[in-house]
Amino acid sequence: MSRRQKKMLIRIIIAAVLLISLNFIPVDGWLRFVLYMAAYLVIGYDILIKAGKGIKNRQIFDESFLMAIATIGAIGLAIYDKSGDYTEAIAVMLFYQIGEWFQSYAVGKSRRNISELMDIRPDYANLVRDGAIERVDPDEVEIGGTIVVNPGEKVPIDGVIIEGTSSLNTSALTGESLPRDAKAGDEIISGCINMSGVLKIKTTKEFGESTVSKILDLVENASSRKSRSENFISKFARVYTPAVCAGAVLLAVVPPIVRLFAIGIQADWEIWIYRALTFLVASCPCALVISIPLSFFAGIGGASKEGVLVKGSNYLETLSQTKIVVFDKTGTLTRGVFEVNGIHHSQMENEKLLEYAALAESASSHPISRSLQRAYGKEIDRDRVDDIHEISGNGVMARVDGVQIAVGNDKLMTLLGIEYIPCHSVGTIIHIAIDGKYAGHIVISDIVKPQSKEAVAALKNAGIQKTVMLTGDTASVAEKVAGELGIDLVYSQLLPVDKVEKVEELIRSKTDKAKLAFVGDGINDAPVLSRADIGIAMGAMGSDAAIEAADVVLMDDDPMKISKAIKISKKCLGIVYQNIVFAIGIKLICLLLVAMGLAGMWLAIFADVGVMIIAVLNAIRALFVKKI
Amino acid sequence: MKKSYKIDVDCANCANKMEIAACKTPGVASATVNFMMLKMNVEFEDGHDPKSVMEQVRKNCKRVEDDCEIYI
Repeated sequence: MSRRQKKMLIRIIIAAVLLISLNFIPVDGWLRFVLYMAAYLVIGYDILIKAGKGIKNRQIFDESFLMAIATIGAIGLAIYDKSGDYTEAIAVMLFYQIGEWFQSYAVGKSRRNISELMDIRPDYANLVRDGAIERVDPDEVEIGGTIVVNPGEKVPIDGVIIEGTSSLNTSALTGESLPRDAKAGDEIISGCINMSGVLKIKTTKEFGESTVSKILDLVENASSRKSRSENFISKFARVYTPAVCAGAVLLAVVPPIVRLFAIGIQADWEIWIYRALTFLVASCPCALVISIPLSFFAGIGGASKEGVLVKGSNYLETLSQTKIVVFDKTGTLTRGVFEVNGIHHSQMENEKLLEYAALAESASSHPISRSLQRAYGKEIDRDRVDDIHEISGNGVMARVDGVQIAVGNDKLMTLLGIEYIPCHSVGTIIHIAIDGKYAGHIVISDIVKPQSKEAVAALKNAGIQKTVMLTGDTASVAEKVAGELGIDLVYSQLLPVDKVEKVEELIRSKTDKAKLAFVGDGINDAPVLSRADIGIAMGAMGSDAAIEAADVVLMDDDPMKISKAIKISKKCLGIVYQNIVFAIGIKLICLLLVAMGLAGMWLAIFADVGVMIIAVLNAIRALFVKKI
Repeated sequence: MKKSYKIDVDCANCANKMEIAACKTPGVASATVNFMMLKMNVEFEDGHDPKSVMEQVRKNCKRVEDDCEIYI
C-alpha cells in the first residue's frame, strides 16, 4: 500500500464511521446539515478540488466533475425537499472513493505481480578487478571484463565461460525447466540462473546490450504498441463521456417539460434531476479503460514467463487471428544439424571412407563438413592432410595419407570426369573418389525435431487452417519431411528471395481477416519475417538479429511453443472481448434502468465500481497461461 | 530522438488524456503513455530541446489531469 492509499483508507474509515453514527444521532436543522457536511468533506474534499480545477482547465467531463455534480445535486435536492436526507450523497461519494481505492490497489498489485514475474534483471555483478572480487552495478562492467557467478546467482551479462562447470536454469528466459549444462568455452547468456558450480565468465557485451536487458526492454515497451481493441476503447471513451453528459442533461430537462406542457401533469423536476445524477454516476467508463490494457499487459507478461516474447499488444491481437502458419524448414522444423544417414557402394570399409571424407573436409567449417567430422568422431590429425583445394559449391579436393581424395556432389564428379552411382535415398549425397576412382557415397540429412510432428498437430487444434513449409532444399527432401509432419503445402528449392515472393502470394490468396504467420530461425529470413502479418523467430536465445526482426520471439527452439503462443493470444483476446462486451453491456443496461427510474444510486455505484472490479479481476486471468 | 520518462498517474483514463495532451504539445512528434509500466515514451521533432519540450508537456498534462506527475 502506498502512502496515498493509506491516507485514503483512513479517510474512508473515518467517513464510514461518521456516516453510520450520524444515523443514530437525532439532530435537525442547521446542526444536522453541518455534521453531515463534515462527513461529506472528509470523504470528498479532494474530488471537489479536482472538479474545480477541471472547470478552470476546461476539462469538465472528467469523473471528479461527475461525482461532484451528482453529490452536490443530491444534497441540493435534500435541502430543497427539506427531507434532510444527506446520507445518499455521502454514501455515493464514499463508495466512489472505495472503488477508486480498490482500483488503485488492484492495479498496483497486479502491476507489481507482473513485474515480479518478469523480474530477470540482475542487481549486481561480481567483477574480478586486480585479483579481488568486487560487487558492482552490471552497468559498470566493460566488454572483456571477467565476472564470477556463484551458485544461485543470475548471470548478469552475456559472455563466454573461461573457468568452471555448472548447470544453468534457463526457465526465466525460455520457460523450459530442464537445466542446461555449461562448461568452459561455452557461450553463456544473461538471465540464466547458475545452479551448481562457480563460473568465471569473460563478458562479450555490455549490460545494456545483453540478452537480459534486451528482453526487459522489449517486454516493458510491448504495451506501448497498442492493439486495435485498445485504440477502439480510447476512441470510445472520448465520444462516450460527452454523450453520456448530454444524455443526463436531456434526462433532467426533457421529461419534466414534456409532462408539464404536453401532458399537463406535474413536472416532478426533482425526480428527473435525481435520475440524471444517478445516470452520471453509473456512466463512468473506467472499467473498460482500465481492464483492456491490463488484460494485454497480463497476457504479455504471462507469455514472457513461458519463453514467448510478444513485442506488442497489437501483435498479440494479430497472433490470435492467425489462420495460416508458414514454416521455414531448416532450423525450425528440423534441427539444422546434418547427420550421416548411410554409406553406400563403398569400395572399402565404411569407417575408412568416412575417415577419408572427414580428413579431406577438415579445413572447412561448412555444416556438411562439420557433420562429417562429427560422424567420424575421432581426433583429426591435420598432418595427414595437405594440398587442400575447396571448389565452392561443389566440394573439396585434398591429399590424405598421400592419396588424392575428391569429396563433393554430383557436379564435382562430373567436373572430374568420374563416373558415379546416383543415390535413391533422400538427403544430401556426398560422393568420394580416391585417386580418380569412384569409392562410394555418404548420405547425410537434417534431422526433424522430435516435437515437430506434435507441434503441427497442435497448431491444427489451435484453429490453424493451413500449414505451409518453405525450403531451399530439394523437392524429395522437402516432400519427405512435410509428409512425415503432416504439413499441407510445400514449396522447395527456393532462394531467400523466392521465400518472400511465396509469402506474398499466400497473403494475396487469403482473406484479410485470416492472418499469416511466418516462423523462421531469424538467421537469414529477416525479410520474410517482416513481410508476413506476423513474424515469429524461434531459438532466438542470444540472437540479436532474430529479436530485432521478429514480432514474436520464441526463446528456445521448441516448435510446440508456436501453438502455445497462439493459444495464449487467444485466451488473452477472449478476455479482452469478454471485458468489452461485459463492461459496455452492463453499463448500458444500468443506464437504461436508471433512466427509467427502475434503479437508484446503489445500482449506479455497482455499474461504476462493481463492473470495474469484476473486469480487473477477469483481466488478471490473462496472466495464467502455464497450462494452456 | 526518443526518450522515456517515468510518470505517476492514478487512473487509466487519465493516462489516455495525458497521452493526447503530450501528443498535441509542439515539438513532440509522437508520445505514448504506458499506464501499466507508468512510463511515457516521447519522440521529439528535430531541432527541439527535449527538456524544454517536456516542461511544456508536463504543463499540458497537468491541465488535463491535475493529479499526474512526469519525472523529467
